[in-house]
Amino acid sequence: MGEGSLLLRMELQSNPAMLGVVRSAVTQLTESLGFPESECRAVVRAVDEALANIIRHAYRGQTGRPIEASFRSIRVRRDGGQRPALEILLEDQGVRVDRAKLRGRRLEDVRPGGLGLHFIHQSMDTVEFRHRRGKNRLRLVKFLHAPELHGVSEENR
Amino acid sequence: MMQISVRQLDKITVFDISGDIDLSTSPELRKALLRELKDRRMPRVVVNLQAVQYVDSSGVASLVEGLKASRDVGSRFVLCGLNTKVKDVLRLSRLGTIFEVCDSEEQALAP
Repeated sequence: MGEGSLLLRMELQSNPAMLGVVRSAVTQLTESLGFPESECRAVVRAVDEALANIIRHAYRGQTGRPIEASFRSIRVRRDGGQRPALEILLEDQGVRVDRAKLRGRRLEDVRPGGLGLHFIHQSMDTVEFRHRRGKNRLRLVKFLHAPELHGVSEENR
Repeated sequence: MMQISVRQLDKITVFDISGDIDLSTSPELRKALLRELKDRRMPRVVVNLQAVQYVDSSGVASLVEGLKASRDVGSRFVLCGLNTKVKDVLRLSRLGTIFEVCDSEEQALAP
C-alpha cells in the first residue's frame, strides 16, 4: 500500500461545537469521491464518533487541544487486485487509549454510552489504533465499491 | 445546531427537535427530557424527530436515558417522525426495538 494522495487535511481543536463543521466537510468530500449516499453517511458517522471519542476520552472534555485529521485516496491490495479506498487518519495528543476498551460494549446492554465505537466499526472497512511518540492515531479505511475513486492520482495506480 | 421546542397537549408533552443531535447538543436534550419525565412526571412524552438531520451515539444515549426515566416513573415515551437517517442510527445501535416508535405525530398522540 502506498502513501496515497492527500485530499484534505484539517487542524482542529477539541471543541464539540466544531463537529458539525467537520461533518459538512466530510460529507462534501465523500460525495465528490463518488461514494454512494449511505456510505457517505457511514464515513461521516465514523469520523464524527471518532472525534467525539477523542474529545471525551483522550482529552477528557478539555477544549482547545489539537487534533489532526487527514484524508487520502489510496489503493489497497486485496483479493489479487488493487482496490481504491479512502484512508482517514486522526491524531491527538491526549491520554493514551486503552486498546482493551476499543471494542465497545455489548449491545445487549440497554444503557446509554459506549455506542460510538460500535458505530465506527460498523461504518468502516478497517479500524486500526496505535499509540506512538505520545500520540494516539486512529486509521480508518473505507473501500469504494464503485468503478473508480475520483482523485486517485496516477502515481498511486 | 439543535433546537428544542415544547408543546403541551393536555397530559402529553411534545418535544419538537430540529437540527443535529451530537456531542455538543445532546446534553441539552437529555436535560430537557429528564426534567419533563422526572420532575414534572408527565404521563406521556412524545419526541418528534422529523426535522432532525443527524443523531450521534450521544444522542441515542440521551433518548435511552429518557426511555429509562419514563419506565421509572411509569410514563409513556414515544418517538415519531423518524427519517431515514435517524432510523439508520437506531438500527445500527440495535436499540430501535426498545423504543415505542410511531410513523406520525398523530399516531403518537392517539389514546
